[in-house]
Amino acid sequence: MFDDSSIIVGLEIGTSKVCAVVGERTADDSLNIIGLGQARSRGVRKGEIVDPAQAEEDVRNAIVEAEQMADVEIRNVYLGVTGAHIRGFNNRGVHPVVSADREITEDDVQDVVKNAKAINLPTENNVVHAIRQHFFVDGQAGITNPVGMLGSRLEVDVHVVHGITNRLQNAIRLVKGLQLEVDDIVFSGLASSLALLSSEQKELGALVIDVGGGTTDYVVYTDGVIRHTGVLAIGGDHVSNDLAYGLKVPLSRAEKLKLEHGSALVDKECKGQTITITNELGLPLKTINVEHLRRIMSLRLEEIFQLVAQDLEQAGLYDYLRAGVFLSGGCARVPQIAPLAEQVMQMPVSLGRTNSISGLKSALDQPEFISAIGLVKFGSFKSRKREGKPSLAQGIKGVLGRFLQRS
Amino acid sequence: MKTKSQTSAAGLEPAAVPAVKIFGVGSTGVAMLDALNDGDFAGAALVAVNTDASSLASSSAAVKIQLETKLLRGLGTGGDPERGRAIAEEQFATLKTACEGTDVVFVITGLGGGAGSGISPVLARAARESGALVLAFVTLPFVCEGNRRQQQAQQGLDQLKAVADGVVCLPCQKTFKLIDENTSVLDTFRITDGLLVESVRGVWRLLTRKGLIRIHFDDLCALLRDRHAESVFACVEATGPARAREVVEKLVAHPLLDEGRALAESGAVLVSLMGGKELAMAEVNRVMEQIGRHCEHAQIIMGAAVDESLKNRLSVTVIAARPGPVPMELPPLATTGDSAEQVTGRGIVARPGSRCAPPTPGLTPEQRDQILTRNVGSRARKTGSRMRQTQLALAIVSKGRFDKSEPTIHKGEDLDIPTYIRRGVALN
Repeated sequence: MFDDSSIIVGLEIGTSKVCAVVGERTADDSLNIIGLGQARSRGVRKGEIVDPAQAEEDVRNAIVEAEQMADVEIRNVYLGVTGAHIRGFNNRGVHPVVSADREITEDDVQDVVKNAKAINLPTENNVVHAIRQHFFVDGQAGITNPVGMLGSRLEVDVHVVHGITNRLQNAIRLVKGLQLEVDDIVFSGLASSLALLSSEQKELGALVIDVGGGTTDYVVYTDGVIRHTGVLAIGGDHVSNDLAYGLKVPLSRAEKLKLEHGSALVDKECKGQTITITNELGLPLKTINVEHLRRIMSLRLEEIFQLVAQDLEQAGLYDYLRAGVFLSGGCARVPQIAPLAEQVMQMPVSLGRTNSISGLKSALDQPEFISAIGLVKFGSFKSRKREGKPSLAQGIKGVLGRFLQRS
Repeated sequence: MKTKSQTSAAGLEPAAVPAVKIFGVGSTGVAMLDALNDGDFAGAALVAVNTDASSLASSSAAVKIQLETKLLRGLGTGGDPERGRAIAEEQFATLKTACEGTDVVFVITGLGGGAGSGISPVLARAARESGALVLAFVTLPFVCEGNRRQQQAQQGLDQLKAVADGVVCLPCQKTFKLIDENTSVLDTFRITDGLLVESVRGVWRLLTRKGLIRIHFDDLCALLRDRHAESVFACVEATGPARAREVVEKLVAHPLLDEGRALAESGAVLVSLMGGKELAMAEVNRVMEQIGRHCEHAQIIMGAAVDESLKNRLSVTVIAARPGPVPMELPPLATTGDSAEQVTGRGIVARPGSRCAPPTPGLTPEQRDQILTRNVGSRARKTGSRMRQTQLALAIVSKGRFDKSEPTIHKGEDLDIPTYIRRGVALN
């Protein structure tokens, strides 16, 4: 059995699958993925739970599978959240430095961040993340750590991600109902970006688009910090639904066709090609034109990228993405999706690969697990930070633990 | 304003005030004229038009036109718009001469009855033919006044929209929010009349007072034209040092604007600020900024003007036009070349959006050509009513698995509907 504190679990309740990833922090502080559990999701639409009973069962199955594979007992999870209600924006906090020598202390930094987090949100909304960007000291921009500097006025930009409390609580309650503790909730898009981007790429400026089953989450980094986040409630589910409607086949069949014959681009070869669908006895039921199939898919996926591009253009971030675009999520599996995205976004697009994580090859190479792996990474950052400054409760726990060991 | 006064006025003085004539049509219209006449409404000529002699007799308007034939035996139209129209057509020349020499004609009326719904479209046409711009201010009857009146009012409104340059329309039903249980019928009508009068006054001021930031009459008309739902308006005033803030607060709380919801939904908003001499730019800016925040999607037209009689009051008039359903039917008697193109263009564009399953396009090319030719080469100005068929919410496209989930709306587009259908890509 592993030491409990080094085990980090990311749980994502997605629209197409529920997935739990177990990671272990090794002695040299790197991350190793040791377990993975997944289950088909039946109680989620567009990233949000619509049938808690079904979703609970799926989560239980995924957790059990992950426990067996990693041979650990899961007690705490980092929970990924998404949904159309989640929004991000930038806010600035100001704090005057009052000490006599004008030196900025750790307390000043705490205060200014607190001020920046004090945002006027509607009462039903809740802050998911408030991520520091850069500090300003007396108007001087681009300061990453102002402690020890001299100044009279300290400002900080934060990126705030918020969502509707009740909808966030739905997922949390469900997990708590399974006797699991939720360490923290994490916006899925943010998790994906953590798993994919190296700090160099963040510095250069990068866009991560996670096209999942029910939602498309995207995150923009420039100058090493998160600048913009967004959620579109469109995903692979919509592609399947479009196919089912356009080709007049059942949804399950459309899903299968998408996986077997789908492509993001309509190429010349598929012109005139047909697929014959057969029933269980092998008798032909229907012929389907491959060109139609791909055209329907292509238009939907193209639209997703267009909407993201529009949003970034509005935010004025289009020219800052020097490292390019990285794709993740189940839809990143669609053949030719990177060229399509390149066409729309007019910049280099690549399929994302997890970095600085080792472990199960089967988990690391799959685009649909990226955000769950990112949750583990988020957890490892969190726990590393916590170790640096042990909280009171942990301090007591530590002392008691040692005491118990001795006796 | 620039259209007429600059070209036809003999003097060509720089700030020519357009000649405005205000017509009150029908009993309601005449009553509203009286209400207008009470205030400081100098400079505009008031004309009362009715079939009923007794209502005209009590009117204080300077000019009274009684449309009377033997047909009616002095009894009015009896609530039949057809009769009203027949008489007005008969006396078309009289109406036209009454409109002559004016730049702007306001037609004020209550739709639903015989005179209002019947005469006002004809009057509007007469005014147009005599070369004036026409702006109509109308009320729609209360729902409790019955189906028939509603229908007549709707017909009258459609006809009026076809001929007038702009229509500001107030459904009386909305005033229920302004009154309480004990308000008498008389007071209720006074309130609705008062509201309409207030907006007439606001627009009139806008056109005639010295503007710091002027609104051209064409802008106003462009705003009101082609918005096929009703427009809502509100006029508020405030005094004191914090008047800019107060005015916006009052505006947002205004019952006719549905607590500001109307602003958020509107497609175009006209804002007119009036103040005394000391109206500050900062105030104008503050008010506009606040209003802009409430209606992010709207096209905003603003004007500011100084009226010394206002002293330290700040008065803001807002007219918000809600975008209605795009008219799909091409009017039988359509338009000048330019706007004919617009209408047909819209017809084609609207086709893919029409939610017919695109694998089989709804119209054959012959049919489309037929519609196009029907439209081109017809008389000037839009006339005739618009088909109501288009307003039916035909949900032919089932949303499949998203049927019951929260719809994903992005800029008014339902993204749950397959992209290829929304873009009208035909699969064949």
